[in-house]
Amino acid sequence: MSEATLERGLRALKEQIDTPIASFFSSCTHCGMCATACLFYTETENPAYTPINKVEPMRRVWEQEYTLIGRVKKALGLSKPVTDEELEEWKEYAYNACSLCGRCTVVCPVGNDITYMIRKMREGMAASGHAPEGLVGASTRAIQTGSPMGVKLPALQAQARHAEKDIGIEIPFDVEGAEYMMLMSSMEIMNYPEYMQAVAKIFEQAGKSWTISSEAFEATNSGIQIGSSDIARELVSRIVNAAEKLKVSTVISPECGHAYTAIRWDGPNLVGRPFPFKVRHILEVLDEFREQGLLKTEGFEEAKMTFHDPCQLVRRGGVIEQPRTLLNMVASNFVEMSDHGMMNWCCGAGGGVSANEDAEELKMKAFKRKKHQLDELNVDTLVTACANCRIQIEEGLEENEMDIPVVGLTEMLAEHLVEEKKTEG
Amino acid sequence: MSAVDFLLWVRGPGLAIASIIFVFGMTLKLFEIFMLGRKKNLAELRGSGIKEGFVTIFTRSRHADTYSTRHTKFTYYSGWVFHLGLFITVFLLTPHIELFKSFLGFGWWALPTPIVDLTAVIAMIALLAILFHRITNPVLKYLSVGQDYVVWALTFLPLLTGYMAYHHLFFRYEWLLGFHILSVCILLVFFPFTKLTHAMTLFISRWYNGMMGGEKGVQQ
Repeated sequence: MSEATLERGLRALKEQIDTPIASFFSSCTHCGMCATACLFYTETENPAYTPINKVEPMRRVWEQEYTLIGRVKKALGLSKPVTDEELEEWKEYAYNACSLCGRCTVVCPVGNDITYMIRKMREGMAASGHAPEGLVGASTRAIQTGSPMGVKLPALQAQARHAEKDIGIEIPFDVEGAEYMMLMSSMEIMNYPEYMQAVAKIFEQAGKSWTISSEAFEATNSGIQIGSSDIARELVSRIVNAAEKLKVSTVISPECGHAYTAIRWDGPNLVGRPFPFKVRHILEVLDEFREQGLLKTEGFEEAKMTFHDPCQLVRRGGVIEQPRTLLNMVASNFVEMSDHGMMNWCCGAGGGVSANEDAEELKMKAFKRKKHQLDELNVDTLVTACANCRIQIEEGLEENEMDIPVVGLTEMLAEHLVEEKKTEG
Repeated sequence: MSAVDFLLWVRGPGLAIASIIFVFGMTLKLFEIFMLGRKKNLAELRGSGIKEGFVTIFTRSRHADTYSTRHTKFTYYSGWVFHLGLFITVFLLTPHIELFKSFLGFGWWALPTPIVDLTAVIAMIALLAILFHRITNPVLKYLSVGQDYVVWALTFLPLLTGYMAYHHLFFRYEWLLGFHILSVCILLVFFPFTKLTHAMTLFISRWYNGMMGGEKGVQQ
């Protein structure tokens, strides 16, 4: 990456502005409705956290570069230029106080996709050197080691060996011609190794071939979070190269929200060509197995449980019904939160917030929204499908002294698999 | 200049000049938006998004979010009342329809004038309430810039002068009607260069919002 400067940042912002962005800026009437859609605003009541305010510097770049009146005003010295000081101030709004959750996008009465705008705004922030240190560190580690948390292949292999020992099923690496290539997030490798075991058990039952690539196993993409298409492209390219080398037909995005957005929706646009393979979230794959009769479960969890929708799966990804169908296979007392599915509330740590030390305090304030939702329900267990949401929720529950276990949906399904070998024997 | 001269000028050359600036400005505005283009989406799409785009143009007029509905009741309902009142006043008053008919060649059904008179008053009250809300609500106060107040005034004046002209208040009718048409001329001139354009660009924005979601299979 070349050196970050204000000039590069402004150029990046200029390059990001397209027809939708111009239309969105032309449509905003400052009605303020996006504020109450944003959990960073609702939990702090800081007006600066109003979503549309997070892109104010980009609005001025648009006006000064792409409108006649703006250009005239700029030529006459009547417009306020975007400065380093201003972008430094906006770091708090565009990164710390935004998880790219997409609620503002669904609420804006004139139809502005504000999340799309903030994602683009971050390109200018990163290029001008105003991205938070935590995200810069995560992105650097991702480029250098392949993982934002610095998790390398030996660590994954060690976890795979543990899993093989525990469940007696092989964790396949670099199998050419396998149908599915499994990606994982560093968080899953280090904190939730049970996910890998669950996948192995389910695929064993389904009789489907799968593999992990030793060259590209990390699903998360810090480039998307920091707002650097160059970094994002490099990280996606590694996955694409590995999938093409192994000739797999489907790449599986793990229980992680933004990884899905990165590889499923942004990936082909970053590398500039359609993928020769499909990309599916693990829950989509499991739901396909269910439809094909390949996912057979027995017994029900009787505990009262609810599901936390990862934002990138629902509002930004369209995976809404699958988790509910799957959950109902194994849960007899599943209840929805007051706002769920399309209108769920974020955990407070998506979109790079969890990797950003500057946002530590704020993300816990934002968690209060989830706490309100959970307080209304009084559930015994919370199920989710994103390792990042899961760790934030676990932390939030701990801090608020709430005793609710958090479980990954894939693991829960794996625990209820029909043990066919036993019945055959 | 006499009242009659003034009236003749504003409803003749004045209105013509304002209309030309409006048409030129809006054409420029649309050009400024569409010349930027949008890259083709190369991801494997769940749909074209066209249906969701069109659906969103209509559905976005009401809240999808119960939390926001509860917490932005004032903005939501005052917005609805004002826009509806303004729409009825502009498009369903007999003299306005006659004017549209003179350059479009066709007219449409009008509401009885006393009813439109009432909707104009309701729209003005809603606008005053919206202004009060803007200067007292912490979020709106923070977001608001000079232009927000300018466009408020540009919208309020034609309603006020129209009401005064209809009721022959304070001034001679020719002056009042002249002021009313002049305020509309000013509105037309400023429209393409201020956020008043939202009245047209919101259709584009809603379409993109719905379409981009629809491509991913996100329900609207």
